[in-house]
Amino acid sequence: MAGSIKIRAKIESDGACEVKALIKHTMETGMRKDKDGEKIPAKFIQEILCKHGDKVVLETNWGGAVSKNPYISFRFDGASKGDKIELSWTDNTGESDAAEAIIK
Amino acid sequence: MNMKRRLFLKGTLASTTIALAAGAGLITPQQLLAAWPESAFGAKSVDDAYSAIGGGARTPSDAVMIKAPQIAENGAVVPITVSSTLKGVTRIAILVEKNATPLVALYQLPTGTHPYVSTRIKMGKTSNVIAMIEAEGALYTAEKEVKVTIGGCGG
Repeated sequence: MAGSIKIRAKIESDGACEVKALIKHTMETGMRKDKDGEKIPAKFIQEILCKHGDKVVLETNWGGAVSKNPYISFRFDGASKGDKIELSWTDNTGESDAAEAIIK
Repeated sequence: MNMKRRLFLKGTLASTTIALAAGAGLITPQQLLAAWPESAFGAKSVDDAYSAIGGGARTPSDAVMIKAPQIAENGAVVPITVSSTLKGVTRIAILVEKNATPLVALYQLPTGTHPYVSTRIKMGKTSNVIAMIEAEGALYTAEKEVKVTIGGCGG
């Protein structure tokens, strides 16, 4: 699933860093059925980890009720322009991806 | 002889530290995976979900804010933003009362991360969206009704 993450981070006027990320993922709950009445197996992101350098700035657990192609945004203190931010996800089938961005 | 022994000890100590560090690095994703609270996300009611994520007494609070549309035309994509003016927020949970499994998302906020998260969620039908925030060990909640025209959990 390489290339599934679009991430942007920017220092806002109050000095906090705002991170916005879009992830390409089906986020299938496992409760839906296809047209033949077969259950579509669950496939959704369970964990998202976001790091500023080595420091974890957000740890997230998601269930299947987060929308398809999920969006996430949050803010944290202590970052400066040019720092690196890293976001990674893991889904219930063990698949994962990670991406980095430079804070603007 | 003695010197060599010192050197040898230093050497082993250094490599042990590296091994430990590498081990820790490797373990982290695994620990995270194990940490996914299956009982909480599988809970069928709001109360069950609360108790699975370690819920105690909860106080409804104006300091917990939910930004959500009054009417969501498409229940598959409902933008939700939860924020708070409370200090020392360590956790934010988003729940949808009438979803088959109410718990949608659980955020752990380390020191320095603002009590502010924004995401998009699925809603099966018109329901209250609940935000629960843990600040300095106490739990606070807020809820807001979102009317759903087309459910987001059907086929």
